[in-house]
Amino acid sequence: MPDAMPNSSHAVPPRVEPQTFEPRIVAFFCNWCTYLAADLAGTSRMKYSPNVRVVRVMCSGRVDPQFVLDAFAHGADGVLIGGCHPGDCHYQEGNYKALRRYRLLKRMLRQMGIEEDRIRLEWISASEAERFRWVMNDMVEHVRVLGPLRLQPDEEVFAEEEVAV
Amino acid sequence: MPEPKDTGSGGIGVYVCHCGTNIAGTVDVNALTEYAATLPGVTVARNYKYACSTPGQELIKRDIHELNLTRVVVAACSPCLHEKTFRNVTSEGGLNPYYFHMVNLREHDSWVHTDKKAATEKGKDLIRAAVRRVRLHRPLERKRVSIDPNVLIVGGGIAGIHAALTLANAGKHVYLVERDATIGGHMAMFDKTFPTLDCAACILTPKMTAVKSHPNITLWTLSEVTQVDGYVGNYKITVKRKPRYVLEDACVGCMECIDACVYKQAKVPDEFNMYLGKRKPIYIPFPQAVPQVVVIDRESCIEFKSGKCKKTCVEVCADRKAIDFQQQEKTETIDVGTIILATGFFTFNATRIPYYGYGTYPNVYTGLEVERLVNAAGPTSGEIILRDNRKPKAVGIVHCVGSRDENTNRYCSRVCCMYSLKLAHLIKEKTDAEVFNFYIDMRTPGKGFEEFYNRVAEEGTHFIRGRVADIYPDPAGDGHLLMCAEDTLMGTVRKIPVDMVVLSTGLEPQPDAQEVRRRFHLSCSGEGFFLERHPKLAPVSTFTDGIFLAGCCQGPKDIPDTVAQAGAAAAEALALIDIGYIEQEPYTAQVLEEVCSGCKTCIPLCPYQAISFVEEKKKAEINEVLCKGCGTCVASCPSGSIQQNLFEDEEIFEEVEGLLAYA
Ligand SMILES: Cc1cc2nc3c(=O)[nH]c(=O)nc-3n(C[C@H](O)[C@H](O)[C@H](O)COP(=O)(O)OP(=O)(O)OC[C@H]3O[C@@H](n4cnc5c(N)ncnc54)[C@H](O)[C@@H]3O)c2cc1C
Ligand code: FES
Repeated sequence: MPDAMPNSSHAVPPRVEPQTFEPRIVAFFCNWCTYLAADLAGTSRMKYSPNVRVVRVMCSGRVDPQFVLDAFAHGADGVLIGGCHPGDCHYQEGNYKALRRYRLLKRMLRQMGIEEDRIRLEWISASEAERFRWVMNDMVEHVRVLGPLRLQPDEEVFAEEEVAV
Repeated sequence: MPEPKDTGSGGIGVYVCHCGTNIAGTVDVNALTEYAATLPGVTVARNYKYACSTPGQELIKRDIHELNLTRVVVAACSPCLHEKTFRNVTSEGGLNPYYFHMVNLREHDSWVHTDKKAATEKGKDLIRAAVRRVRLHRPLERKRVSIDPNVLIVGGGIAGIHAALTLANAGKHVYLVERDATIGGHMAMFDKTFPTLDCAACILTPKMTAVKSHPNITLWTLSEVTQVDGYVGNYKITVKRKPRYVLEDACVGCMECIDACVYKQAKVPDEFNMYLGKRKPIYIPFPQAVPQVVVIDRESCIEFKSGKCKKTCVEVCADRKAIDFQQQEKTETIDVGTIILATGFFTFNATRIPYYGYGTYPNVYTGLEVERLVNAAGPTSGEIILRDNRKPKAVGIVHCVGSRDENTNRYCSRVCCMYSLKLAHLIKEKTDAEVFNFYIDMRTPGKGFEEFYNRVAEEGTHFIRGRVADIYPDPAGDGHLLMCAEDTLMGTVRKIPVDMVVLSTGLEPQPDAQEVRRRFHLSCSGEGFFLERHPKLAPVSTFTDGIFLAGCCQGPKDIPDTVAQAGAAAAEALALIDIGYIEQEPYTAQVLEEVCSGCKTCIPLCPYQAISFVEEKKKAEINEVLCKGCGTCVASCPSGSIQQNLFEDEEIFEEVEGLLAYA
């Protein structure tokens, strides 16, 4: 695992200095699979990058594209959505709905100039702690390469408006 | 949208748990507490060694009273563990239990990061998000659903049998669904059981008969559950019952038809005897099978194949008229409140390790096959005779076949060392052969197990510590097989000539475990066994309320543990039934009528058909009883007119923005 944060004995550098850029990633995890995989990674004491902050929802189908836009508008460098594998959704098919929305959302983000790698949808089951850890690290590394998300001011307004709608 | 409840200028209490050193070792809990105290709306922030302990809980309750708190945030372990605990604390303190939010500081932070600074920063973000979100929480009520007292048990091995009898004796009605023609599962195949060497049939068959005769048990063999609808307390189960071609009520179990069958000799390889014996097309799996009813195998019965059989079986059955070639598959639906899954295990397929020669050399057997050979009711009446009719003089037993191996299964199957010892004892007793047990580590952790190992060692069984690397015919050509292994205690390679090899194959999930788990909305752990709700504290519960696990479907275990777990599963079901209701989380969705434009987008999205369109009002309406609270409709509503309790848009926006509102 990459050494994620600067050594604590040093003075803390400002957050977005390019060399020490630490991406901010917001994750929406469904309660029944991916959230539990994250818990299992915890009980298994697996180590991964500390850049991801999790919002728990009951199902990936609850993830409104506006949540994602809101996260980007408020400074997230990446957004991760985690749900159950196809066929495994606790509510039968919420994850399919999530997938459909995700595809549309990706197209829209592209038009806003937000790179593809900043948004990701992953199916991670309750037992896949190892895969969970891999996805977390991989996502952080991809976004780290992209650098901080800099929305143009008018895009920020756009995103805000989107959210307001 | 209705105004979120105003929390005034403050009133939030934040409690940061040390969890001993589990959290405090990696996260600076003092820094977190100081930080939390500066957040808008926070009246008090404290940290405590164990927030979930009684003094920890009292502390929160006292603060609610004395400081007039309106909201509570606890940053501790996963909400999956203690959300309920702290909601109760909040409620006992005098607030609505949903005026609470939990921060997962342990599983999602302290346990998974090493850098204290980064972990503390993350903790601050999570607490800030919780504080911002909790202010918007509304008071919510849990709804009660009543519990149908009937129970479904799937699988009639010792686990299913024990659970069924426990519940039936407590006066509950049980539907026991078994897919084979008889109940009994694997245990019915054994002659003796370790470590006491009790006769398996003597302890099992009385329980099997009790199942059949119990007025509270409906036993359906040759049956499988095909559909599970509903939810805890009110499951609707569809069961497919395959034809036996013999009427259970009419058959008296005299078995005259078997003798009368036009096949004078038994010719069909017998599944129950691991294909080591033969049976007729009309047969009973084993003498004590329950139900004591014969079964006709369509594949080999002449009447089914050609329609031109003399049907001597029907003749001899005479006016009992139990044989019915026209019997059709039946579908039944039943209502139950709780479900116990006891579908057991499958043994590892030994052909997956080609160098052990199973399927190539006839004298290589699996443990389960040898269980049938040593069984007095087995194909050789308990004599150990090889496929080439010899009696073995030297026997090698390989432990851990398909277990503890990177290439097959990494886990230990828990019973193989012990059943290897049992077989060593039985083989020695019956044949006086030299027995060599090849083991990696001897695992004998149960009550009386180590003593059993010592006993077998004293009887003269040879123990060789080493993984068998190869098994092949002895080039000397005397019909022996050579077993090669590095003896890691002696540091030499040993080649032992034997007449018979026994592969102690491990326990695996049933081949259809994935389909079954989907049907019952469960998860599986990495190896494919059904996943329990908590490995220590909820070992027989699942993440689906009202569904419990018993026996080897949850993971390999021996009979004593299986029975203990079956009793526990029955007790969990009883607890629900006897209280009569279950309280369900109120995460349901509602339509805000004033805002709904009547576009009907949400209606087809609901997997539970909980949304209908009210023509008079031209608005959508959600049936709260049917809604399970996934939130899919909420996310799809173009006008934002559907709201999900505790997952309202505003609440999630606040949480997201709170996460990102770092200085
Ligand atoms: C060779 C060998 C020797 C052993 N010896 C011993 C011993 O000496 N002592 C000891 O303590 N333990 C022993 N064990 C372990 C013992 O077999 C298990 O602990 C025990 O059988 C577990 O019982 P169970 O009911 O969970 O599963 P099972 O015995 O596997 O029963 C499961 C039942 O469920 C049915 N079923 C499966 N799927 C479905 C479905 N979808 N629908 C309906 N029905 C279904 C099956 O047909 C079966 O009847 C041994 C194991 C092996 C492999
Ligand atoms: S519950 Fe996990 S995606 Fe629906």
